[in-house]
Amino acid sequence: MTALLQVRNLVTEFGGAKGRSGIRAVNDVSFSVERGRVLGLVGESGSGKSVTGFSIIRLLERPGRIASGEILFDGVDLSRNSEEEMRRLRGKRIAMVFQDPTVTLNPVLSVGTQMIEAVLAHESVSKDIARQRARDALGLVGIPSPEERLAAYPHQFSGGMRQRVAIAIAFLHKPDLIIADEPTTALDVTIQSQIIAEFQKLTEETKTAVIWITHDLAIVSRLADDIAVMYAGRLVETGPVSEVLNDPRHPYTAGLIASVPSQNQRGERLRQIDGMTPALNRLPQGCSFRRRCERADDGCLVIPELAPSGDRSFRCIHPVTKVSAS
Amino acid sequence: MKAVEPPLIEARTITQRFGARPDLAAKIALGLKLAKPAPVVHALDGVSLSIRSGEVVGLVGESGCGKSTLGRVIAGIATPTGGSVFWKGVDRNTMSAAEQKEAGLATQMIFQNPMAALNPRMTIEELIWEAPKTHGMATATECASYVDNYLTLAGFDPSMKTRYPHQFSGGQRQRVNIARALAVQPKFLVCDESVAALDVSIQAQVINLFMDLRERLDLTYLFVSHDLGVVEHISDRVAIMYLGRIVEEAPVEDVFRRPNHPYTRALLAEVPRIETGKRRFKAVEGELPSPLDPPKGCHFHPRCPFAMERCRVEVPVRKEIAPKHLSACHLNG
Repeated sequence: MTALLQVRNLVTEFGGAKGRSGIRAVNDVSFSVERGRVLGLVGESGSGKSVTGFSIIRLLERPGRIASGEILFDGVDLSRNSEEEMRRLRGKRIAMVFQDPTVTLNPVLSVGTQMIEAVLAHESVSKDIARQRARDALGLVGIPSPEERLAAYPHQFSGGMRQRVAIAIAFLHKPDLIIADEPTTALDVTIQSQIIAEFQKLTEETKTAVIWITHDLAIVSRLADDIAVMYAGRLVETGPVSEVLNDPRHPYTAGLIASVPSQNQRGERLRQIDGMTPALNRLPQGCSFRRRCERADDGCLVIPELAPSGDRSFRCIHPVTKVSAS
Repeated sequence: MKAVEPPLIEARTITQRFGARPDLAAKIALGLKLAKPAPVVHALDGVSLSIRSGEVVGLVGESGCGKSTLGRVIAGIATPTGGSVFWKGVDRNTMSAAEQKEAGLATQMIFQNPMAALNPRMTIEELIWEAPKTHGMATATECASYVDNYLTLAGFDPSMKTRYPHQFSGGQRQRVNIARALAVQPKFLVCDESVAALDVSIQAQVINLFMDLRERLDLTYLFVSHDLGVVEHISDRVAIMYLGRIVEEAPVEDVFRRPNHPYTRALLAEVPRIETGKRRFKAVEGELPSPLDPPKGCHFHPRCPFAMERCRVEVPVRKEIAPKHLSACHLNG
């Protein structure tokens, strides 16, 4: 069975033009997602994780552009699709949930109007049926008295409820793929868990594939099947989530896991990664993580390949092993 | 016998209400029953918290629970509607102007958004030097060495001090904020979500910096945060807030091993931990009610799985359920 989504050697650049290369926010990224699976795409700010998501659904804003690579969605290369073809896919077969629901919802239209519009954009049904669908969708994501809430405006909802509305809209057409870009980052912990619980329930029912973009390893550890870790535009490690988190091979992944407070003895210094992420226009020669890495030597002056090993892969010539880490 | 040393800082029954004060027209309208009283937000409802010298206290809660308001009142940058704050056992309201200034300088605050806290038109050196100069803590000839000293202390390269805040990353800017707070030689720092906006790897660096500074400068902290993982790591004692009240307060081990209040237990189930093995997310039902119209009795009762009739009418009192472990819940009898 081929995967629902296969991203192959994707390069997304900002600026630059024919012949000249711009700043590579996404650099040679390849991964695949199967139906019913959740991929956690993890990285810090500027790692290219969100730009990867925007590239797949083709919502890059100028001067961003896909410079090369393929995005095979159900056999069709999205990077070659026309804008009209993309418009028919977006919301119907591929949906996106963003970090800030106040930005995605129109403040001057009632939630019902926006949801009915989203139904009618892809299906020719009567307005009454569309309204019913919208009401049912609100009920599914746990919004109390959905009939009355259809008439409410976004500002009349709390942050958590607004994000539920955004998720209800994303699930309106039971899409094949949902790209969720930090959908719970702005929410309180108890609300965050509620939203993730709703999300889990819906994706299991609809067999939707999910790309969950986040910086939060704790969420990924509990939600995702697979994980892909990005650093400075490149994938540095991929694999099944339990294997990668229990036995990271790339020093960056290992450092990231070790710096989470709950992974450390209380009151002791956190195991930190020194330095900071390099600017994309001033990447060091060779491995981008080289200057922050304790294991780096002259061999790291050449960019290592993303080497597969079983169902995992990592981009490092001096990988961490459980023995060497302890 | 030695007298018991008073806490470094103590907030006693602090109440903070936010709302428009009715003007003359509104008063007349109210008197004639032509208008309803303006809505009032009860941000803090008789909150008491004391912090001993050298202690790190974590103040935890969800957005809107009043934790930042309490932090600001304790830091002295907000005046409470009721109650008072005691610095080394003396009510700040009864202090002379000079004493107030001294207590104020000894208390500094570090905010969440490091860019918003720095004047974009001032260089790093000017930002650090402004307060010590104003308060006469060093002479102009000592400026360079004074500024370098505090920047180094905060882990910021002093050779960059002629640059402006926008030229640095979030983590570096937060180091500048820390250096600026330290430059007036405080005893007590209120950190309001000071690491929340930073990336994981940078967050670890700044938490380590806070812990190093505590050792080197003998600092006391109030660490306001929604992140239980961070609070568990750094604090000696933790206070949990819910809708304007502290519901539980205890040494950090007690809170995390033997949580008493149902709200604390619900929150703890959500501590961000890396634990593999996919599991279903299950969360406490409902949302934080509006502080405009908080539920009667125990504020948590509409979301509490153990709520009884009594919880709907009577506000639970904080009781010591174990040494130094306070909890406000009717389940404790």
